[in-house]
Amino acid sequence: MSLELKNVTKRVGADTHIHETSLRFEDGSFNILLGTTLSGKTSLMQLMAGLDRPSSGEVWFAGKNVTGVPVQKRNVSMVYQQFINYPNFSVYENIASPLRVAGMAEAQIDKRVQQAADLLRLGPMLKRRPSELSGGQQQRTAIARALVKDFDMILLDEPLANLDYKLREELRDELPKLFAGRNCIVVYATTEPTEALLFGGNTVLLHEGRVTQFGPTSSIYRKPADLTSAQVFSDPPINTAKVMKKGDQITLENKVTWRAPKAARVPDGAYTIAIRPHHITPVQQGREASTIEGRVLVTELSGSESVVHFDMNGQTWVSQSHGIHPFEVGATAKLFVDVDQGFFFDGENRLIGAAA
Amino acid sequence: MNKTVNQKAWFFVLPVVLLVAFNAIIPLMTVVNFSVQETFGDNMFFWAGVRWFEQVLQSDRFHAALGRQILFTAIVLLIEIPLGLAIALTMPRKGPWVSVCLVLMALPLLIPWNVVGAMWNIFALPDIGLLGRLINGLGIEYNYTRQIFSAWFTMVLMDVWHWTSLVVLLCYAGLVSIPDAYYQAAKVDGARPWAVFRYIQLPKLKYVLTIAILLRFMDSFMIYTEAVVLTGGGPGNATTFLSIDLQKIALGQFDLGPAGAMSIIYFLIILFFSWLFYTLMMKDEAR
Repeated sequence: MSLELKNVTKRVGADTHIHETSLRFEDGSFNILLGTTLSGKTSLMQLMAGLDRPSSGEVWFAGKNVTGVPVQKRNVSMVYQQFINYPNFSVYENIASPLRVAGMAEAQIDKRVQQAADLLRLGPMLKRRPSELSGGQQQRTAIARALVKDFDMILLDEPLANLDYKLREELRDELPKLFAGRNCIVVYATTEPTEALLFGGNTVLLHEGRVTQFGPTSSIYRKPADLTSAQVFSDPPINTAKVMKKGDQITLENKVTWRAPKAARVPDGAYTIAIRPHHITPVQQGREASTIEGRVLVTELSGSESVVHFDMNGQTWVSQSHGIHPFEVGATAKLFVDVDQGFFFDGENRLIGAAA
Repeated sequence: MNKTVNQKAWFFVLPVVLLVAFNAIIPLMTVVNFSVQETFGDNMFFWAGVRWFEQVLQSDRFHAALGRQILFTAIVLLIEIPLGLAIALTMPRKGPWVSVCLVLMALPLLIPWNVVGAMWNIFALPDIGLLGRLINGLGIEYNYTRQIFSAWFTMVLMDVWHWTSLVVLLCYAGLVSIPDAYYQAAKVDGARPWAVFRYIQLPKLKYVLTIAILLRFMDSFMIYTEAVVLTGGGPGNATTFLSIDLQKIALGQFDLGPAGAMSIIYFLIILFFSWLFYTLMMKDEAR
């Protein structure tokens, strides 16, 4: 069983929601759709699920063309960002509802519901109504309802976005375990690069209705195919600058000059360099880091890390580092750039050099 | 724990107390005042106890008016609530037709009540009215100034025309607020349209429907202007609803005592039914 999108597009009126896209998800794989709001994650999911028909192209599932086959005949499950449950059903009835529609025998329904409820730790809540549950429990109910039936594919559309921080972390740990051992395709949409890295699997990077890159999560994080992919897959935002390379030196637009990265075996010329925020730190990381000075604009301190936005000769850059490094707003900060970790992109923004 | 004692708080409550006193309690108390006394001209009052209440509650005239009132409200609610809900369900959710539909729906609500009565009065006249001529032209004898059934039919039709829109607009607002994801989830489950209505739309519309029923109940139970302009309570007493009867007693016969007692009974009946509807519809929530 695999899901394949063949040259699929989606147009609504004059707007193109999904540009021509081809993707293939294998059985048992965990696939992440990563992109900002309105990048086309939900539109793409609806095409995959059969909730929507592509304007052109085909959707294949398990070797069969299923373009235009409605969702109820496709054996898919879905979980949404909003907590979607039947308002006047108990938790038990909510979880049982897909099985009832399928006409399953009562004893078997009971067994399955109990199983799903145990898995999501909903045992004591079975008699309650959704309105009597916390947000986390409501979403657990929705997930249980999605898991209870036999499905070939499950689509999760930002399922943790409406939960508070603590519950989100809790469910994030549990989710991959729920799918382990089930032969199904998991598609998970999120706006957060960190979430993609935590889940691993494969990632589809989406930007303005286009797939910019698709591959194993860690490898596309290490080698973004182009500048857009690097920007989509970076939080805090990746630092970019236009540079001129001459010999073993690179000069930024604002006249700052650095040593050229060793990995960049590229001829002299104009490039765009991108450096992830955690490669700019107040403490020296590499042995041969370049130094920069910038005026501190904003600092965000969390318990374990410091994010500093600073102005470097008219450009705003971001640094991210472990521990708490108090910078005063307006003061000049001296930071170390690990240039060797930077990505080089050519005039068409394609990756041509990255750290090994 | 130390409680902060601060008498200044009374000043913050005072405006509300005054407002409620002036617009609700004081007018109500004047009615109570009339209802327990015998009133003569020249502001002479004699204590009457519960005599007026007994008189009203035992009068056939009151029973008849109350019966008509309950029947009218029941018919109107049974038609307007399902019809309003049905219209709201068929209205488009997006596109250019939304505003057209909304404006068309809002039109009857923008017309003053006495104008509605006058409109239907002329519209339904058997000799020159469009509706009256049409019905008679079909071979059905129709004259709302003479036949009881015709009068009721016209009255109900007028109320449905005037007020179904309110139910439509309330239900429509409720329907629009249901996130798309609910319908998608139902589709994924393979739920049929009836199930979507029964298990998603109806439960989600519960509060809106409660409000619609309460509003329509209270309003139709107090119908006055349109009925007076349309039929004046006739033919005979066939459409003399509680408010019309009350007006006749209070201003026609100037029986202030019985009118006051009747007002209070009338008020308590509305209060009771409103409470009853509300409790019935919200009983699941109370657990």
